[in-house]
Amino acid sequence: MTKQVQQLDRVIIRFAGDSGDGMQLTGDRFTAGTAEFGNDLSTLPNFPAEIRAPAGTLPGVSSFQLHFADHDILTPGDAPNVLVAMNPAALKANLGDLPRGADIIANIDEFTKRNLQKVGYAVNPLEDDSLSEWRVHAVALTSLTVKALEGFDLSKKDAERSKNMFALGLLSWLYHRPTEHTIKFLEQKFAKKPEIAKANIAAFQAGWNYGETTEAFSVSYEVKPAQLAPGVYRNISGNQALAYGLIAASVQSKLPLFLGSYPITPASDILHELSKHKRFGVRTFQAEDEIAGVGAALGAAFGGALGVTTTSGPGVALKAETVGLAVTTELPLLIVDVQRAGPSTGMPTKTEQTDLLMAMFGRNGESPVPIVAPMSPSDCFDAAIEAARIAVKYRTPVMLLSDGYLANGSEPWRLPEVSELPDISQEFTTAPNGDDGEFLPFKRDTDTLARPWAVPGTPGLEHRIGGIEKADGTGNISYDPDNHDLMVRTRAAKIAGIDVPDLEVDDADGDAKVLVLGWGSTYGPIAAAVRRIRRAGGKVAQAHLRHLNPLPANTGEILKSYDKVLLPEINLGQLALLLRARYLVDIISYNRVRGLPFKAEELAGVIQDVIDSD
Amino acid sequence: MTELVNGRGLSLVPKTDTKQTLKDFKSDQEVRWCPGCGDYAILAAVQSFLPELGLKRENIVFVSGIGCSSRFPYYLNTYGFHSIHGRAPAIATGLAASRPDLSVWVITGDGDALSIGGNHLIHALRRNVNLNILLFNNRIYGLTKGQYSPTSEVGKITKSTPMGSLDKPFNPISLAIGAEASFVARTIDSDRKHLQSVLREATAHRGTSLVEIYQNCNIFNDNAFEQLKDPEIRDDITLRLEHGQPIVSASKAVVRAANGGIEVADRASVSADQIMVHDAHNPDPSLAFALSRLDEPAFEHVPIGVFRSIDRPAYDVLMAEQMEEAVAQKGPGDLSDLLLGGDTWRIG
Repeated sequence: MTKQVQQLDRVIIRFAGDSGDGMQLTGDRFTAGTAEFGNDLSTLPNFPAEIRAPAGTLPGVSSFQLHFADHDILTPGDAPNVLVAMNPAALKANLGDLPRGADIIANIDEFTKRNLQKVGYAVNPLEDDSLSEWRVHAVALTSLTVKALEGFDLSKKDAERSKNMFALGLLSWLYHRPTEHTIKFLEQKFAKKPEIAKANIAAFQAGWNYGETTEAFSVSYEVKPAQLAPGVYRNISGNQALAYGLIAASVQSKLPLFLGSYPITPASDILHELSKHKRFGVRTFQAEDEIAGVGAALGAAFGGALGVTTTSGPGVALKAETVGLAVTTELPLLIVDVQRAGPSTGMPTKTEQTDLLMAMFGRNGESPVPIVAPMSPSDCFDAAIEAARIAVKYRTPVMLLSDGYLANGSEPWRLPEVSELPDISQEFTTAPNGDDGEFLPFKRDTDTLARPWAVPGTPGLEHRIGGIEKADGTGNISYDPDNHDLMVRTRAAKIAGIDVPDLEVDDADGDAKVLVLGWGSTYGPIAAAVRRIRRAGGKVAQAHLRHLNPLPANTGEILKSYDKVLLPEINLGQLALLLRARYLVDIISYNRVRGLPFKAEELAGVIQDVIDSD
Repeated sequence: MTELVNGRGLSLVPKTDTKQTLKDFKSDQEVRWCPGCGDYAILAAVQSFLPELGLKRENIVFVSGIGCSSRFPYYLNTYGFHSIHGRAPAIATGLAASRPDLSVWVITGDGDALSIGGNHLIHALRRNVNLNILLFNNRIYGLTKGQYSPTSEVGKITKSTPMGSLDKPFNPISLAIGAEASFVARTIDSDRKHLQSVLREATAHRGTSLVEIYQNCNIFNDNAFEQLKDPEIRDDITLRLEHGQPIVSASKAVVRAANGGIEVADRASVSADQIMVHDAHNPDPSLAFALSRLDEPAFEHVPIGVFRSIDRPAYDVLMAEQMEEAVAQKGPGDLSDLLLGGDTWRIG
């Protein structure tokens, strides 16, 4: 039987199942195959904070969405074309996102009376007419897997566990994904358990063969490779890119990297990744708490290291006092905040942009801190280097605001040439700088206003620093009113004077009346929405802020040059508040705080409304 | 004392050829403690002890938290970092872990180390980073003007406890031993010779050393340690802890108790072979802990000296070893290789 092959330009697949079903691994492997095939792609993992919520329940559903295309794409996609539902809970939790006509591949084995009851289905939805508007493929994933593994020395439970690989095999057939990498991956992952490796590979192949032979699937789909810019690519998540960026910053600054960190979702993966790279001279210190994490990083910075702490919002709250100490002692320090839904514990695995004002103002006293925000998973690499550049050059703590969406999402990354990475190194001070041969730890560079960085071990430059106000120049304790006023203003001027590149505007025809502005992780959905508007003949300009403090010098001028400025944020208008105060521009905010990224369609609608309104 | 403990204390810190004196370690800053404060004695003892180490002055760093004692770094002509309340052990840990060539000291007090900074203290001790922690214990909050501290005795009447404090105090020595400290000692501000002998052993120890220094706050808790200073009784209540020596005061001796523990007996009533001989290097901390409990509830007999000094790898050394091992296994890191690692593909 020759099956029909249909060409598509893009597909959005969502794998959904119980937390224990291995959906993140399945999604990762499908992504790896897709990357290898050469599609452009973007992913959105979505999982509960509970490690194992009760099996089969709605809170236990874990999903992984992948958008891949034959052209460059910007988001993980709004609505899936295909939902793989490993159990009734996965179906129920995700059906609302599924447009009519989409495919549902459901594991019928798990649609038992008990599992249906757990999520409130009175009748099996695979058997009544409730799903008639979708194309349902009821596949006995579990029993087919068990059957395929009959020859293996495995318990039934262990055999059942491979059902995610069966599903991966089936989807790999359905979308013509290469298989070699997955087989190799499974061999390596289970190198110490060869029987399990073989079983998983057998299940994966059985899934593929099932697609090939069964009449349940009459059509398979091809999505041609994308024509991306020439170069070498790899798929990378935001957290991994950020970890690599920190290592690159260490290499490019010629400073040993010291990470002081305390595990917290969704930042922990940066600690995990960096702990693997000790041969780069990276020290990773898992501290007793968030405060010790940043304290140790600051102590290391005093000693001449590139001190970094990685955390999420609640951790930043705890670190505030130490960041203030870094402000006043004027030492380089990176604080990476992988923002998550708050307040308090909030929704640890969900994304938000709600820490901007905390990054700006969340300390006692006048304590300005530069803020850099990456705009995509791979951009976390460059943003980390940029944040380190500012920290080292200006001797200041810098906030790097990633978020849960960037951290766990992934995309193809065109690898930079290492030789083209910026040199961000600065010299330590090794000689006295005073007129009388003395050392003045707070005598500043007239250009950058940075103070000397003289590290312990440097003879003749012994000095004391601390949190108490310092006299200009000598750094001695000072309660002099005018000195304090001077120091407050000087520290502010130093941050305000940081060299940041101008804001660039994408205004294709130069005659748009509406500017849509964003910062951080909203770049993808905003840019995708802008494309939609333009494709439909609309006019809209787009600009995206990477530096939130200080803002690019031309920001005000750009804001004022458009009739309307629309600013979507996954908060209640934090950047809008800053811009309105600073530039007196009547920003139009669009805010949703659902723990999820914006959808392109949603933003296109908002932009169109702003264009259409008077 | 084992060779390793002796030999590795500051072995990674560069030595100086120049002869140093107390003057070399005085900064140009005016010392601003209250007249009569015990901190003056400790500062003088430290300043006159440091030349003995023969270290390059620029490789010595004093880190402190907040409180009266934490002003200490300003008065020493070394590198210094006056940090945040309770956080000095964390800051010093980052510094010492990344710079094994430094002699890093933490200056802290009973409030700083045991209240707000209790968590950092216990974790520094268990990690065994190469730090010398000097805990100035005056059993009171001085800088905030006289509230009770975590080492104040129960029932302490202060500004914040007009009817007496309710919480049981910490015993810093017991706490440190419980936190797996590898070096724990106690000394007193007024006895410079003893103080310096303890510092000598603390600096010879590689890893975290905790030295509790009984320090008099003559403003808010004067004479808190008067028994230990009173010539009439001090020799009777002070139990000197010296490794390999019987644990005795002028009139008392530590012996095994019938219940299996230890107790203090009248020295004249026991034979020499009944008196416990101090073993600071005993891997089992039980006896050191028992010794730390002898002065409960208050100053009838107070052990002074090194309770415990055991050899355990320092955290910074282990950290450096892992880095060396990683290089030995895979070679030094190469950024291009790192970025190209994993699955890559080429376009164009």
